Amino acid sequence: MSDTATLTDTELAYVQRSPIAPRRPPLAASGAIGWLRENLLSSVFNVVLTVVCALLIAWIVPPLLKFLVIDAVWDGASRADCLPTPERPEVGACWAFVIERLGFFTYGFYPIEERWRVDVFFALLALGVGWMAWLSAPRRDLGVIYFFIIMPVVSFVLLIGVPALGLPHVSTAQWGGVLVTIVVATVGIVVSLPLGILLALGRRSEMPVVRLFSVIFIEFVRGVPLITVLFMASVMLPLFVPDNWSPDKLVRALVGVALFASAYMAEVVRAGLQAIPKGQYEAAMAVGLGYWQTMRLIILPQALKVTIPNIVNTCIGLFKDTTLVFVVGIFDFLKTIEAARGDPQWATPVTSTTGYAFAAMFYFVFCYAMSRYARFVEAHVAAGERR
Amino acid sequence: MSVVETGKPKAPLIYNPKVRGIAYQVLLCALIGFLVYGAVTNAMDNLARAKIASGFGFWEHTAGFDISQTLIEYATTSTYGRAFWVGLLNTLLVAGLGIVFATILGFIIGIARLSKNWLVAKVAAAYVELIRNLPLLLQLLFWYNAVLKALPELRESLLIPGGGFLNNRGLFLPQPTFKEGASAALIALLVGILASIAVRIWAKRRQMRTGQRAPVLWITLALVFALPLGVLVLSGVPVDFVYPEAGRFNIRGGIEVLPEFMALLFGLVIYTAAFIAEVVRAGILAVSKGQAEAAYALGLRPGPTLRLVVVPLAMRVIVPPLTSQYLNLTKNSSLAVAIGYPDLVQIFTGTVLNQTGQAVEVVVITMAVYLTISLVTSFLMNLYNRRVALVER
Repeated sequence: MSDTATLTDTELAYVQRSPIAPRRPPLAASGAIGWLRENLLSSVFNVVLTVVCALLIAWIVPPLLKFLVIDAVWDGASRADCLPTPERPEVGACWAFVIERLGFFTYGFYPIEERWRVDVFFALLALGVGWMAWLSAPRRDLGVIYFFIIMPVVSFVLLIGVPALGLPHVSTAQWGGVLVTIVVATVGIVVSLPLGILLALGRRSEMPVVRLFSVIFIEFVRGVPLITVLFMASVMLPLFVPDNWSPDKLVRALVGVALFASAYMAEVVRAGLQAIPKGQYEAAMAVGLGYWQTMRLIILPQALKVTIPNIVNTCIGLFKDTTLVFVVGIFDFLKTIEAARGDPQWATPVTSTTGYAFAAMFYFVFCYAMSRYARFVEAHVAAGERR
Repeated sequence: MSVVETGKPKAPLIYNPKVRGIAYQVLLCALIGFLVYGAVTNAMDNLARAKIASGFGFWEHTAGFDISQTLIEYATTSTYGRAFWVGLLNTLLVAGLGIVFATILGFIIGIARLSKNWLVAKVAAAYVELIRNLPLLLQLLFWYNAVLKALPELRESLLIPGGGFLNNRGLFLPQPTFKEGASAALIALLVGILASIAVRIWAKRRQMRTGQRAPVLWITLALVFALPLGVLVLSGVPVDFVYPEAGRFNIRGGIEVLPEFMALLFGLVIYTAAFIAEVVRAGILAVSKGQAEAAYALGLRPGPTLRLVVVPLAMRVIVPPLTSQYLNLTKNSSLAVAIGYPDLVQIFTGTVLNQTGQAVEVVVITMAVYLTISLVTSFLMNLYNRRVALVER
């Protein structure tokens, strides 16, 4: 080996002059197989878990698809179309029933020739919600006025009707279905947000009496179930007002829902207020702003911005809770499903399940959309905070 | 000017913040006082006109209605007061069982959502997203009307191994009755529980002193389960089972579990578990990664790391929202009224209210019960928080 040093470069045949192309990673660690090994089959316990989950999915998903889509009945005029027959022993969801009753589910007993008013209300609401939800929408200040003042008033006039304007009166007893669900949720949100902000400010106020009343109200309402609040509104409210202006059933439920939602909203807003550093209050005081100016111009804009996700989550809860008005005899969406599934014209073994599946889809679409929106805003706000 | 002469600029009283504050508060008091006064006088008028009695005298009157599930003795001749206790116990029964099962299911799903196993994590996430976004009432109606009421009729009951029946009237299970000598097993159970607590304390002390761990879990299981069972077997199994017997129209004997109860329990457990899972997940994510990494560096395996390091730290974050989920479950049990399970709300604000017409008293009593449960729980919660709160230097 001593002569190695005398060899020239060209004679060193084994010297690698260019890098070898990287070898492909072993199949077992990359690609689909690698992913499977890493994520599903990394240990005996994991293999067992994977198998159990796969069985669970196989047990739930195919029968569900079979019921909802493959065996489903899409058109038909009566229960006969959704009953099992010798040629078709397995009947899936009876969508024909849902399609035929769609008008009832949406409008309840609202007179058919007046239903355009409900559609206009939905459009007005969609405009307001869009305006509020689009964070960089033009003139959001106008949007607030529209959502909290103009829209409620116009909608009320539109839905209840003013004979003088050529809109026949439609009593709230005729309202029903999705209309009532949306009305209850909207009133809950429109009332509870301002009231909740006031209560939250009251709870953080320096005036002991204001603080005391706010705390009592919030803790009392949060300590009892919504059903008891609704019962209170529906049986006690008529006692508390003079005999001649007993509020109608829907209004009573709305009062209950709005008060209930306000207490929860107040706690959400309070959490946002607590997140504002003291320096903000002190700076506002230093430039000579009064209490309401400080709140309106400095504190609330910042507090509400970080609270939007929680406000939306409260709205999801409120939207789900609207179903409880059912218990005090209001014809909301779920109640129309309950009423329709008991109708002998469509009584089949699959009617109930179909109705519930439809209701589930309705609530899921709204709630899931809201929760995605909350997450989007959270990310958006977090991105704004990062510098 | 007089102001200059006194040397103190005098602002009008109305701009004095203290005076303003007092004025606002007096105004608020007056307004609320006015509202309360108006409500009370109106209520008195309305009640007098409707000839409805007031006061709590009805408590001692005969109820005259039947209740489908009673944990304490109750007959139609019992008083409204008795009906109240029956309802309260039914509420507490479903809430207690619901809390136990929801906690177990919720922890499993919450941890599963953080699993490295992709499929497990996705299944858990799908469960949470689906269940959280559907109203509880809808779920209860589904369980009750579409599942349990759709079970076979009495004659085609599903047989459960061990002598039970399942049909659209509920679940019927054998009922154990204890004969003489069974008290020995009961005493053994009590001794076992006390001894296991003692072992726990001893094991902790020893670990603090020497660092050695004792198999506390196994000792506890042996003391609480094996000991009473052993005594039971040794004393010749002094237990009789009363098996339910299917008659033509009825099932006699055994324990009857109402379909309403099952639906309510299913619904509450499945719904609340989804929320508990989120609480657990957030709690575990709140524990900084360094804690687990340090545990791995010390040579702990994943299981003990989770059990001894991560979960105890996460509990500090988990417990407060977990308690509020328990409260939510208890409050949500009032949805029983929609499917006819005789809980406090169904019996009291339902039947009793309709029979007596004393809306104010009945609603006030019902609300007071829930309020008491909430306040007591949050009081205990505050005590716990003070104990576990991080003490910063």
